[in-house]
Amino acid sequence: MSAHAKTRIVGAPVHRKEGVDKLMGRARYVDDMEREGMWHGATVRSTIPRGLICSIEFDRRIDWSEFAVVTAADIPGHNHIHLIFADQPCLADGKVNHCDEAIVLLAHPDKHKVREAVGAVKIEYEPLPPVFTMEESERQKVVVWGANNLLKSFSLEKGDVESAWASAARIVEGEYRTGAQEHLYIENNGMIAEYSAGTGVTVWGSLQCPFYVHKSLMAIFDLPEDKVRVIQTETGGAFGGKEDYPSTIGAHAALLAMKSGHPVKLVYDRMEDLAATTKRHPSRIRHRTAVDASGKLLAMDIDLATDGGAYSTLSSTVLSRATLHAPGPYVCPNVRVRSHAWATNTVPYGAFRGFGAPQAIFAIERHMDEIAAAIGMDPVDLRRRNFLHDGDTTATEQVMREPVILDHLLDRALAESNYSAKRREFARENKTNPVKRGMGIAAFYHGSGFTGSGERYLNSLAGIDVTAEDKVRVLVSSTEFGQGTNTILTQIAAEALGVEYEDVEMAPPDTGVVPNSGPTVASRTSMVVGGLIERACKQLVATLQQGAGLGESFAREAFFAACVRLRRAKGEVVSLCRYEAPPGIFWDDKKYRGEAYPAFAWSIQVAQVAVDTVTYSAEVEEFWAVQEVGRVLNPVLAGGQIEGGIAQGIGYALYEKVLLQNGHMANNQMTNYIMPTAEDVPPIHATFVEIPFVHGAYGAKGIGELPHDGPAPAILNAIRDAVGVSFTSIPLLPEDLFARLAVRAPVEETVTI
Amino acid sequence: MSATWPTIELAVNGETRRVQAAPMKRLLDVLREDLGLTGAKEGCGEGECGSCSVRMNGELVNSCLVPVLQAQGACVETVEGLAQDGELHPLQEAFLHCGGAQCGICTPGMLMAATQLLAQNPHPTIAEVREGLAGNLCRCTGFKRIFDSVLSAATQTTEPAHKAAHAR
Repeated sequence: MSAHAKTRIVGAPVHRKEGVDKLMGRARYVDDMEREGMWHGATVRSTIPRGLICSIEFDRRIDWSEFAVVTAADIPGHNHIHLIFADQPCLADGKVNHCDEAIVLLAHPDKHKVREAVGAVKIEYEPLPPVFTMEESERQKVVVWGANNLLKSFSLEKGDVESAWASAARIVEGEYRTGAQEHLYIENNGMIAEYSAGTGVTVWGSLQCPFYVHKSLMAIFDLPEDKVRVIQTETGGAFGGKEDYPSTIGAHAALLAMKSGHPVKLVYDRMEDLAATTKRHPSRIRHRTAVDASGKLLAMDIDLATDGGAYSTLSSTVLSRATLHAPGPYVCPNVRVRSHAWATNTVPYGAFRGFGAPQAIFAIERHMDEIAAAIGMDPVDLRRRNFLHDGDTTATEQVMREPVILDHLLDRALAESNYSAKRREFARENKTNPVKRGMGIAAFYHGSGFTGSGERYLNSLAGIDVTAEDKVRVLVSSTEFGQGTNTILTQIAAEALGVEYEDVEMAPPDTGVVPNSGPTVASRTSMVVGGLIERACKQLVATLQQGAGLGESFAREAFFAACVRLRRAKGEVVSLCRYEAPPGIFWDDKKYRGEAYPAFAWSIQVAQVAVDTVTYSAEVEEFWAVQEVGRVLNPVLAGGQIEGGIAQGIGYALYEKVLLQNGHMANNQMTNYIMPTAEDVPPIHATFVEIPFVHGAYGAKGIGELPHDGPAPAILNAIRDAVGVSFTSIPLLPEDLFARLAVRAPVEETVTI
Repeated sequence: MSATWPTIELAVNGETRRVQAAPMKRLLDVLREDLGLTGAKEGCGEGECGSCSVRMNGELVNSCLVPVLQAQGACVETVEGLAQDGELHPLQEAFLHCGGAQCGICTPGMLMAATQLLAQNPHPTIAEVREGLAGNLCRCTGFKRIFDSVLSAATQTTEPAHKAAHAR
């Protein structure tokens, strides 16, 4: 099996493929690009959360003949953003369903003039009653989406939950809430578009999934495949925030290009990006759990609700992943998960690293500590008693066929963090110290790749070609946005072909050049797309050996010489592979039963937290993460994924609050939406235990999302350990700590003289 | 209208440049639009993220907050000036080796902040590195590999070389 083979380049800390360009400041992000005769675009957005559009007036003090003006009436094809359902308009037509919904687009040669002109478009509305919370939405008194506000629901059932309550030694209930989280990629969303009747639409921009944008543009412009071209520019962070939104901004830029007859650049500033683009789904998750006297889980009844915002976008798939991660990495004979995504009149919530799993894992991992407290058991022992092992079945009755080594990961994490000794030491010190310290853990898995039958539907195609200049090119639509796609796929190709890392380059991420290897999401690039590249390379080597005189073992020069011979004979040297599901995969979409994921990555995280009972600030002092992600393809990049994900998870737990006022994000600036800085992120110790996965590229599984799943519960568990108070909601800000921990000042007694 | 704007002269990466620009135009926009130096990025436009950081007369500034009239006669250093004759600066080498850059959007500003830090304090402690980079936000790395990069560059670079590099 290649997964266990000794490798030259896979597993080595080779330098980031596009690293030098980024370090020299010459990498070209969308806002660094100009096109000849380019105009600038801007967006007029709704100022109310829900209502009918009565009129659109243009202030006569402005000479509108200098501008291109686009409304829904200008859309040549379908007025919707193609994703899962077709409910989200590209431009609001007659009604709006959330604040900051795009209604009118403007373009002008001068970027300052176009921004000023936004305020000169006056829109009159007839307001309709809005719904802002999932509780209001599920009451259905006001229906704002479909027949009943329900975007999606799932029901997952294993065993018979109802049979377990009577025999339980203890039943523990809890409700857990998570807030919205902004991606805060440092590069805002942006696109440049060109249009001509002959060649159709071309867009360049900051995005994750070129073919999502491609498909959406085809519908909006009613154009065939070959008349739409999408090219990814260097992308300054995404984290899921550039999964679906680029389809919207790309269409907007393209409509302006069509109307103006000029290339148009549409780049948001930070305030617009924060107000108008997607965030992580807020959630409310209720657990009811039966345990026996020894702490063994007997039944888990989980009710999971998410706020999806005004349109369905990715809410159904986020809810799916939340549902499948809700029971945690534990064995339980009776499990029921009922989940619902509700519509509200806010900007649609979307994909964000973890994709529903961080919400679900926050709830179960906080709840495990509550169960432990209820039965007087150590939280570590409770987890250990219930961990999944090889051969066990999950809540979807997926059999764990690969090694599951949670006990080992836990042992390592406890040893490296010196967990037990620190807990004892802190318990002693906390009695007299106004700064209370505690240790908390989280145990979890993250499913790699698309859920259930998803990878089969994607039907990804990827491969390589070899140019006449002796360069191997990786042909994928999988994009680089910091996470390392370029480097990892190049390493895999170089390894599999027996050439050097420098011999391989990435083909341009351009839908006119590369095949559709699926979206760059769901921790699937290394494992799934990398696997296709490995296969395509081995297929090419076999072809060269069979038909171009390449020997059994060969040097790099012999490989390229054989490619020259093959090109002479066939005209090109190209090898493509299509996805094939690993054998024995079964998934029932209706019953939510079967192999939920082809592989799972596993992790134990430990947080050391200090709560200052004078200032009510909570600070993460140190953090440990031990994980099994299959084979580590590049230790520097893998470490960077873990550390970066943990930093975002710390922000999710303790810093980042999206404040909505009348459905509009009120703190839509970096001044008041606070992420962890260089002084806030603690020392992070990431340790990998490698068990190569037989169906992943050189043994790789998914890694990118895993680290974001654990910090919030680990931190709040540590706070419970430190101060003895359970917090069940994030973000947990100093004012929230104050509200529960502050000792009320004694009432002053009236003094009579 | 540009004919009516005053000419502003400044030295950018050691080269004298003249631009005609509105006095309140942001230094960031002058660098990016008038001088074609797109290394410095706009992340927030309000001095919070530091991705537009450049050095001006030996001080680290957020170029989104500097009206270009304030840069009249100034020496400005940007990321484009770090590498000399195609040779990466030791900080760039260290970032490449340690994994200090991921998506790369904060990197130009981060490099300038690190340059400033090492110019003032050639052998910083980890606490001093944290403080020195606290005005520059990175959403990808969790900062650890950026700290490693700066500390590694600091140990590899001798003090006099640093002084020379920033003596302009």
